[in-house]
Amino acid sequence: MHIFKNTNFDFLRWRWQAIGLSWVIIIAGVITLATKGIPKGVEFAGGTVVIERYEQAVSVDQVRQALDRNYPGGGQNTVVQAYGDPAANMVLIRVPQVGAEAGSSLTVEAQKVEDALDKAGLGKRSREGAEIVGATVGEELTRKGILATVLSLVGILFYLAFRFQFSFGVGAVVATIHDLLITFAFLAFFRYDISLNVIAAILTMTGFSTNDTIVIFDRIRENLRGMRRDSMPHIINASINQTLTRTVITSGTALLTALALFFFGGEVLHGFAFTMVVGIITGTYSSVFIAAAIVSLWKGTAPTRAAAHAPSVAGAPAPQQPQRKQKPQRKARAS
Amino acid sequence: MTNLRWKILTVLAVFFIFFAVGPYPILAARYHLPSPGWLQEKQRKLGLDLKGGVQLVMRVQTEDALRLETDLESERLRDGLRTANIPANVVALNSTQFRVDGVPPAQDAAFRTSANEVQTNFERGSASNGSYTFTMRPNIAQNLRAEAVVQARQTIERRVNELGVTEPTITQQGNEQILVQLPGVTDVERAKQIMGSPGLLELKIVERVAGTKEELLTNGQPPEGMEVLPGTGGLGDAGTMYYLVKRAAAVTGRDLRNARPSLDENNRPAVSFTLNTEGGRKFGKVSGENIGRQLAIILDGRVQSAPTLEGRITTDGRISGSFTPEEVSNLSLILRSGALPATLTYLSEQTIGPSLGADSIRSGVMASVVGLALIVVFMLVYYKASGINAVVALLFNLVILLGLMAYIGAVMTLPGIAGFVLTMGIGVDSSVLIFERIKEELEAQRGVRAAINAGFSRVFLTLMDTHVAALISCAFLFQFGTGAIRGFALTLFIGLASNLFTSIFVSKTIFEVELANRAQGARLSI
Repeated sequence: MHIFKNTNFDFLRWRWQAIGLSWVIIIAGVITLATKGIPKGVEFAGGTVVIERYEQAVSVDQVRQALDRNYPGGGQNTVVQAYGDPAANMVLIRVPQVGAEAGSSLTVEAQKVEDALDKAGLGKRSREGAEIVGATVGEELTRKGILATVLSLVGILFYLAFRFQFSFGVGAVVATIHDLLITFAFLAFFRYDISLNVIAAILTMTGFSTNDTIVIFDRIRENLRGMRRDSMPHIINASINQTLTRTVITSGTALLTALALFFFGGEVLHGFAFTMVVGIITGTYSSVFIAAAIVSLWKGTAPTRAAAHAPSVAGAPAPQQPQRKQKPQRKARAS
Repeated sequence: MTNLRWKILTVLAVFFIFFAVGPYPILAARYHLPSPGWLQEKQRKLGLDLKGGVQLVMRVQTEDALRLETDLESERLRDGLRTANIPANVVALNSTQFRVDGVPPAQDAAFRTSANEVQTNFERGSASNGSYTFTMRPNIAQNLRAEAVVQARQTIERRVNELGVTEPTITQQGNEQILVQLPGVTDVERAKQIMGSPGLLELKIVERVAGTKEELLTNGQPPEGMEVLPGTGGLGDAGTMYYLVKRAAAVTGRDLRNARPSLDENNRPAVSFTLNTEGGRKFGKVSGENIGRQLAIILDGRVQSAPTLEGRITTDGRISGSFTPEEVSNLSLILRSGALPATLTYLSEQTIGPSLGADSIRSGVMASVVGLALIVVFMLVYYKASGINAVVALLFNLVILLGLMAYIGAVMTLPGIAGFVLTMGIGVDSSVLIFERIKEELEAQRGVRAAINAGFSRVFLTLMDTHVAALISCAFLFQFGTGAIRGFALTLFIGLASNLFTSIFVSKTIFEVELANRAQGARLSI
């Protein structure tokens, strides 16, 4: 059974449209972030999150009114939303960081929220969870996170430059940055908090995307040795077509898992699952349309000089290539 | 043929080992199957976000430790100068500096000799009009800071252990931060109180008692070698009095051997303590010399009670005051665990109710199972019989992952589940790559055995490249990430390594077994 057999789509032809589409989404994302701000989760922005479970059903509006009336500073900067299974009557309340990071004031914030709720007489409640983070922890987390990501990208760039060609490294890194930007854009569109779980999801899908990209590059590298007389764009297209089945299957199965998480995974995993879904789609798209396009642009479209550039594959067992063009010759030998 | 036998044996052995360590204890716990105790202990630990509990991040104010040392050294110098009859004034400036004023020029040389001992840790600035400024040496300061954090962590560890928390995590994060995770704890306030309380016990001789602070001061300052301390401000023994006490403590909490709740002569809750031999000797000397005077029992800078010394006391004493039974129990715990070398400020705090954690596990597991089931169905349908190889390899991978994580005691958190998902995805991808390549080889009219071999060996290169690139990211994430991100990196790292083993070695072995039992010339079901 084959999903795609001997296809010959010209992926490179659509590269400018693809790049254009990506830019549109990225710019829309940037505008959204600039106007509405980055929806930072509490780990990054600092602040207090309290999750309360009520015995009777309580509406989000009631809670918001309670905060407006009784919470010092009113309810303007607070976020109130229903949480989890509606039957559980849980509410999530988020209050931004106020004042210094000193420990006692953090707990006091949670207490103030609960006092405000109780004053409104909304019924018996119990605290299901709380998270209180001082601003400095958030800054440090952001700083280290960015540092780790940048260094990873540099590391991948060098590794791919070493194992393939420099242009391949550039292509992979550009594709990854593209994925990050698009994912953040979608998170901004749908107002998902950037929490620690979301970051974990972003890292996961970056891994997937790089995986996809390297598989395609590997095929390009192989074809560069086998199809020496063809032009680079032709080789790139051929490589993508040859790996199309595998790309669709892998991305498809990953997408299925992510969708399962999204629909069945529960409240806490929602941001994570959403990021995964977006990330997998974007990752596949970028591997197929963006990464290879960058390689082609970087190298220009001259007939391949692959013979001079193809790096030796040190130490690996010499693979036996299916020499399609020499098929008749092999048959002759066998008989 | 024997080569194949060895391979099969290896595969089965690996599977057995990891299954026994990883999934089996979980199944055993659930379905009440027999299993040895030591195996159960190794069971995978659940992170807080899955089990429920409290997580606190605090910073150790290392400045306190520096100040303590500076005070100690300046005191020692003051005593030394007094013994040498040098009438100079010692003034503390900040946490790392103190100054000596008014050294008579005639006794300059004598001063320098007296100051020799202090100069091991403090650098002596040059004189100006008989004043010398002493500054702590930078390497000493650095050592003290590092020591303070280590001591704080150890003290917190002792206190948490006394609290009876199962499987707490107390680790140092960076230079000055400590991360504490207390699974299953719901009373955050009590935990914070016990951990953060300085717990400094000091016994000092009382010079005078007065109703206000001013009465005890001369010219706005306490007399040399003395200090003024407030009472606890509540009802009871010490009340709202102020005490003028000797600065140097006769006995401190370090000399304690034990502390436990008890009752005082009025049957109110109190803490009885026992000193060790050295402490007993010091206490005996001081109490013997000061019979008839009051002894202030000071806790964290406040005088709890000040009984009159009626006789020489050596090792046993009692702290009474207006305590509740709970306070007495907390206090005994804190004293037993030793004093904190510095104050703690709380940077972040997270509580997860246990039901929220259980919900997360349930949903996460169910979703993963659904996803896994879909993958299995697809692989079997698309790759037919060979799909079984892929499924086996995938499950094998999961077993190894669970087993290894259980063995090293890694904690499973939600981001850790993310690492799991990625591993599953890469595992599927590896199998797909291999099978597609085998298909290509078969189409190029190669024999079945040759196609399989070629498929595996060619894809091995590809897998090396993808896995190394992912491992590079992993390494950086592990290095710079904190807490949960580290868990993700660790899960990914183990998953990638085991994937190389299962997708290539295990899968190929299954193929070879199939080949060995296959009729000549039959088609490969793929």
